[in-house]
Amino acid sequence: MSRLATVFRPGRKALLSYVTVGYPDTTATLKVVPQLVAAGADVIELGIPFSDPMADGATIQKASHQALENGVTPDTCLEVAAKLSKEVTAPLVFMTYYNPVLSYGLEKFARECRRSGIAGLIIPDLPAEEGATLEAIAARHKLDLIYLLAPTSTDARVKTVAEHSRGFIYLVSVAGVTGAREGLPPGLEPFVGRVRKAARQPLCVGFGISTPEQAAQVSRFADGVIVGSRILQLMEADVSLAKVGDFVRQLRTAIDR
Amino acid sequence: MQTEKRRIPALLPDKGGYFGDYGGRFVPETLVPALDDLAAAYQAAKADTAFWAKFEALSRDYSGRPTPLYLASGLSAQAGGADIFLKREDLAHTGAHKINNALGQGLLARRLGKRRIIAETGAGQHGVATAAVCAMLGLDCVIYMGEEDVRRQALNVFRIRLMGAEVRPVSSGSRTLKDAINEAIRDWVTNVGDSHYLLGSAVGPHPYPLMVRDFQSVIGKETRKQIMVKTGRLPDYIVACVGGGSNAIGIFHPFLEDKTVRLVGVEAAGGGIKSGRHAASLSAGRMGVLHGARSYLLQDSAGQISETHSISAGLDYPGVGPEHSYLKDSGRAKYVAVSDNEALEGFKLLSHIEGIIPALEPSHAIFYASKLAGSLKRGEVIVVNLSGRGDKDMDIVTKALGVKI
Repeated sequence: MSRLATVFRPGRKALLSYVTVGYPDTTATLKVVPQLVAAGADVIELGIPFSDPMADGATIQKASHQALENGVTPDTCLEVAAKLSKEVTAPLVFMTYYNPVLSYGLEKFARECRRSGIAGLIIPDLPAEEGATLEAIAARHKLDLIYLLAPTSTDARVKTVAEHSRGFIYLVSVAGVTGAREGLPPGLEPFVGRVRKAARQPLCVGFGISTPEQAAQVSRFADGVIVGSRILQLMEADVSLAKVGDFVRQLRTAIDR
Repeated sequence: MQTEKRRIPALLPDKGGYFGDYGGRFVPETLVPALDDLAAAYQAAKADTAFWAKFEALSRDYSGRPTPLYLASGLSAQAGGADIFLKREDLAHTGAHKINNALGQGLLARRLGKRRIIAETGAGQHGVATAAVCAMLGLDCVIYMGEEDVRRQALNVFRIRLMGAEVRPVSSGSRTLKDAINEAIRDWVTNVGDSHYLLGSAVGPHPYPLMVRDFQSVIGKETRKQIMVKTGRLPDYIVACVGGGSNAIGIFHPFLEDKTVRLVGVEAAGGGIKSGRHAASLSAGRMGVLHGARSYLLQDSAGQISETHSISAGLDYPGVGPEHSYLKDSGRAKYVAVSDNEALEGFKLLSHIEGIIPALEPSHAIFYASKLAGSLKRGEVIVVNLSGRGDKDMDIVTKALGVKI
């Protein structure tokens, strides 16, 4: 069974947090993830930095750039994951772009992911039409390949992703890139409703969610809430990581209310 | 792979946008429906004679087509072998072949009802061409350009602004063409409802490599007619520079089925392939995925995209159009690389002997063709795609030659 499935339970909404591995440095990643989990995160998305993150806004671009400057490679990320998976029970998921994975070798990457305790993969530039090869390999290694849907996705595409996505479906809240935003986009709830009709997987919403209020609103109609850029900003603002811990606790409280 | 090779290359890409193993559509989900719409709209336009009539009329009256095919007697005599003909894309409106694609996609955007155009530019030629077409068609226009290129190509930035387009400098990554494309894609993801991304080279997700190739194929179609009139036969060689590869695929494509015509793409070897400071994706790269397509790519061992270098901003790109990757693997085209210094030599040579100042991009092809001609027999024929004129490069060339003006 998918390890991610254990996260989604009736009556409880999931909180998914993203951090870029190696930002501001690898020690910080190793330190912050157990704190995120202790503060209430159910799933940790570990970002493998890529030089050309075209789906990301300024915050994750900057973090990716810094991580690469620090010499972070997919191997570094696998090592970090291996250490963290011994320390935390929350499932770890890699989020990255397709080229580093392709370059590593799909089969080898999937095998190493499994060995490092990774539960799933999110690859924003790999739509379902291009994912068949990796999908088969990931399934063999008991990794969930999680596809994304966007408000622009047609009903036909929603159906395709509902047939292929494993673990959960990542709903992009808004046509745009990652990054903190002021308000929630109009039309988000109907979008989630539209996917709900076609999909049995849990539906997690990300992109632009940066406050407990927004998280609370989203958790009313989605199964999980994904927060990324805001966490990186708080890690940068306060290296003691106290602020980020407080923030995740507030998110937890907000979605449990 | 056997079946791939038996396919008729001229009929590719397949429905998924693949040329053999290359191409496809590796983009964020948000853009997939827009690419579906674009592919459908393009297929409809392609079958619509009124669309092509409009494209041809504007190509003639606005862009100045057909561009001439010129026998460079002086250059040929100096090389001492084959005859070198120049396809004079430098004489097209805005000074390069880029206008062909900008015009085609501009008309398509209007057909799609998109009022806002996004584009990237490296050397500025595609930016200038797009700004011109948007001014003419009454479309809003935003051009992304790496900060480094904004500095290197100040004159083109001014031209773009003069024609009413907005230039947005990009300060991320290496601050060149690749980063301008990233930023243009981010804009498109955000404004996909009302905007068309007018990508300038034969790269990117399907249907861009197909569409850009088709609009640029006017170069090869004209060349074919013109060379038949002038020499009564097909050329032995066609030589074109390759960055993303739009001018090269435009002149190659109508000759793909003519097996006697050898096709040569010339990449930028920068400071030399061994120096690591170059932009020769086909000569020195390996397969990867960037900007929505699978193709040859300059990348490090961890799959991070490499910083590239070329004296010509238009060739300074780590990827290449997927159809070129296919033509390389199938052996139908050959790809070579020419250094900054050699390109400068080509630049000076054509200026001196023919009174034609080429852009630095086709200067790479000029250099290669002049060497090639010397190794061939008299009576053999080489066509070089002279993809743009050199006015934009004066600043770079004076610096490289240590001249003060």
